[in-house]
Amino acid sequence: MSSTTASAAAPPAGPKAADAGAASMPVNPRSAKRRRTLAQWGFIAPAVIFMALFFGYPLVRNVVMSFQDYSPSTFFTGEAPFNGLDNWNNVFSDGLFGKALWQTILFTIGSLAGQFCIGLALAVFFTRRFPLNGILRSLILLPWLVPMVVSGIVWRRIFDQDTGVLNSFLGTVGLPADTPWLTSTGMALVSVILVNIWIGIPFNMVILYGGLQEVPKELNEAAALDGASAWRTFRSVTLPMLKPVITVVLVLGFMSTVKILDLVLALTDGGPADSTQTLGTLTYQNSFVQMDFGAGAVVGNILILISAVFAVFYLRVNRNEGK
Amino acid sequence: MATTTQIPAAPAPAAVHRPKRRWGATVFGVVVLAVMLFPLYWMINTALQPDASLVDVGPVPTGVDFSGFTSALTEQGGNLLTSLAVALGAVAICLAISAPAAYGLAQFNLRGGRTIVFGTLITQMVPGIVIANALYSAYVDLGLVNSYFGLMLADASLGIPFAIVLMRSFMVSIPREVIEAAEVDGAGRVRTFVQVVLPMSRNSLITAGLFSFLYAWSDFMFALTLNTTDDVKPITLGIYQYIGAHVGDWGSVMAASVLSAVPAAVLLVLSQKYIAAGITGGSVK
Repeated sequence: MSSTTASAAAPPAGPKAADAGAASMPVNPRSAKRRRTLAQWGFIAPAVIFMALFFGYPLVRNVVMSFQDYSPSTFFTGEAPFNGLDNWNNVFSDGLFGKALWQTILFTIGSLAGQFCIGLALAVFFTRRFPLNGILRSLILLPWLVPMVVSGIVWRRIFDQDTGVLNSFLGTVGLPADTPWLTSTGMALVSVILVNIWIGIPFNMVILYGGLQEVPKELNEAAALDGASAWRTFRSVTLPMLKPVITVVLVLGFMSTVKILDLVLALTDGGPADSTQTLGTLTYQNSFVQMDFGAGAVVGNILILISAVFAVFYLRVNRNEGK
Repeated sequence: MATTTQIPAAPAPAAVHRPKRRWGATVFGVVVLAVMLFPLYWMINTALQPDASLVDVGPVPTGVDFSGFTSALTEQGGNLLTSLAVALGAVAICLAISAPAAYGLAQFNLRGGRTIVFGTLITQMVPGIVIANALYSAYVDLGLVNSYFGLMLADASLGIPFAIVLMRSFMVSIPREVIEAAEVDGAGRVRTFVQVVLPMSRNSLITAGLFSFLYAWSDFMFALTLNTTDDVKPITLGIYQYIGAHVGDWGSVMAASVLSAVPAAVLLVLSQKYIAAGITGGSVK
């Protein structure tokens, strides 16, 4: 910080000193400095412009769109008249929004709880030294690297009520084998959550494993010498030290879960009877299926609002950690 | 103090029991891995089954049958190439834009630099569907719908914030003396960047490139929303539409899925070090 204020204070002082010789000098210190700063900005400018176009513009545009009347013909005529709060009223009065919001909450909490608990358990397990630890740990990443749509389609096959391997396995071990995993309104959301937990475990595991590596071994050994049980040591020594990493994992997990789209489309397309519709899929449905971009923008804005709350939270954590 | 008490005490009693316990953990680890990777195994298994047995797929492919792969390649081969072209283009755009920015933000101490880093972190949290929503109408106006370049640009946006954050956190640690020495030797800013900074940052460049490739390759949302015809169809969109059209032909669908997962598997095996670094570095720092 101090260096930036120093360099900011420099220019006003510069010209006075240089004034006398300015005419004879081909380049005065002030313009040389300005040129240097300009050249330095040249490195950053493309990224700033790109991000303004691909993140800033959509954010603003989305707010404007939510007050406009879009219809399929808009893209031929170019006309999208402003219609006040019509879109907002329509979206909120439609029961589907409340349903999607509630399902997004269930989906997010369920996914995070499952991913985190299993991810943490595996991370702790992998801190033990045993042969093949490294290879097993990196192979477990595969589900996270495969395109989400592809995972969704593979699971769609596994979940198939009559010919899927999950039901035939359950039948083999003597359990009820006719669960309509993806085709009943009661089970579909649970199934989608299960798949998302499966996708999220590797990410949680890797970050928490990294965090565990930072916890000094001496602390655990000291606790063990004092007679603390393994569980007690974990709860009172390891977990508190892991807290910053846990916060980051949960916030990042939240951000990627709340906006989910690929997985739901691949597994259920939001059905049956909208039972897996979330805010992400609802935005898509409104805009790209019904071609009502105004309504899509309304739901999108709500999604941004929810994300923004957590973004602030994340940045605060991030900043405190940096200090 | 700690070391003197540790060295004689710790290894001696543990060494007696350790071998047995260690292999027990390995067995447990293999079981966990088997459960986690089962869906991917099942994808390969289904892809290799002869069509007739698809209603009741056996646990292992008895008669290995490549017809699923043959039809997947004929019907989806072009889409695989589209994915490859789009992903490579996105990587090129992503690195060309984010590497200089990361360097500038790490080393130049410009006013407003912190705000930009802050903004970069925030952009990572903008839901993609919101971007697609607004981008679509802009793309219609600019004639970028159904174009390779339009999709590459959109896919590059998935990797750019991540790449800037990741490379910046690496480039901060490049000693200023190294850069000053290059400039004293008469190298301009651009030459210093290309010939000194980039080679030194090789690992973070590879990690950033790897991840922007995986993001672009896995992209489904932009592929789905920014294309209205079949001109530009990446494999993710291809498989999604495939399943709508031929639900009965699971062998081909799974074969196409296997082919689309190959880059992830290959990259994981070839560069596990970079992948682990990318997951932790890009998100925590």
